[in-house]
Amino acid sequence: MERKTKIHAEDGKQEIQITREFELPVELLFKAYTDPEIVEQWMSTKVLKLENKQHGSWQFETSDPKGNVVLKMNGTIHEFAVDRKITRTFEMENSPFDVQLEFLEFEKLSDDTSRLNMHIVFRSIALRDQLLQMPFAQGLNMAHNRLQDIVNHLK
Amino acid sequence: MELRRDVFQAIADPTRRSIIALVALQAMTPTAIAENFDSSRQTISRHIQILTECELLEQEQQGREIYYHINAKKMKEVADFIEPFRKFWDERFDKLESIMKKYKTKK
Repeated sequence: MERKTKIHAEDGKQEIQITREFELPVELLFKAYTDPEIVEQWMSTKVLKLENKQHGSWQFETSDPKGNVVLKMNGTIHEFAVDRKITRTFEMENSPFDVQLEFLEFEKLSDDTSRLNMHIVFRSIALRDQLLQMPFAQGLNMAHNRLQDIVNHLK
Repeated sequence: MELRRDVFQAIADPTRRSIIALVALQAMTPTAIAENFDSSRQTISRHIQILTECELLEQEQQGREIYYHINAKKMKEVADFIEPFRKFWDERFDKLESIMKKYKTKK
């Protein structure tokens, strides 16, 4: 399969670039980021607050299948230009990770295609590298939990 | 006692990255590698030693000379370290795309 999502993470820098092209008009791509119901679907989270405006703020909450809240995220919106740009902060509550700054740029490629460029700036290089490795660590965790489930069933 | 070498620490140094870039083109002797840098021969030898300890470079004896070449397998491991992160976002964006495609036809 074609690698649609590109990650650019240069050594020794406290930032990353995530780029992705979509077979969607830019208006629909932008809507996926601003309509709370749609955000909930693709991010598998609950939107508690999403104020799409300058000086607005947002708050998401993710639960496990049993309904326990496992992740709380929030941030403020600094810049909001329809179909063009969102500048916001992102913070995971109760985590050792400091707040990060995100620049989301939406670009029209043709009437039916668009591109998203996510530029994320972290507090330090170490923090960036730690966060890059997180899905890997989570994957290990999930495998561990699944194993735990199986073991519990055997009891 | 030698500290255990971390492969990411090894490639965090700009000189060592330059050495990797040079050796990636062709296998080279330590002398040939050092000629490309202003640093002393000893400094470059030390960098080569670290890269070898991390298995990013491999030694090969050819007659009286030692040649260094890239360990492609190890280099791939390093490149793969952000792959789970990339995949995480790729899957998320795939979901976004399919939801919005349905949304479009619904309208």
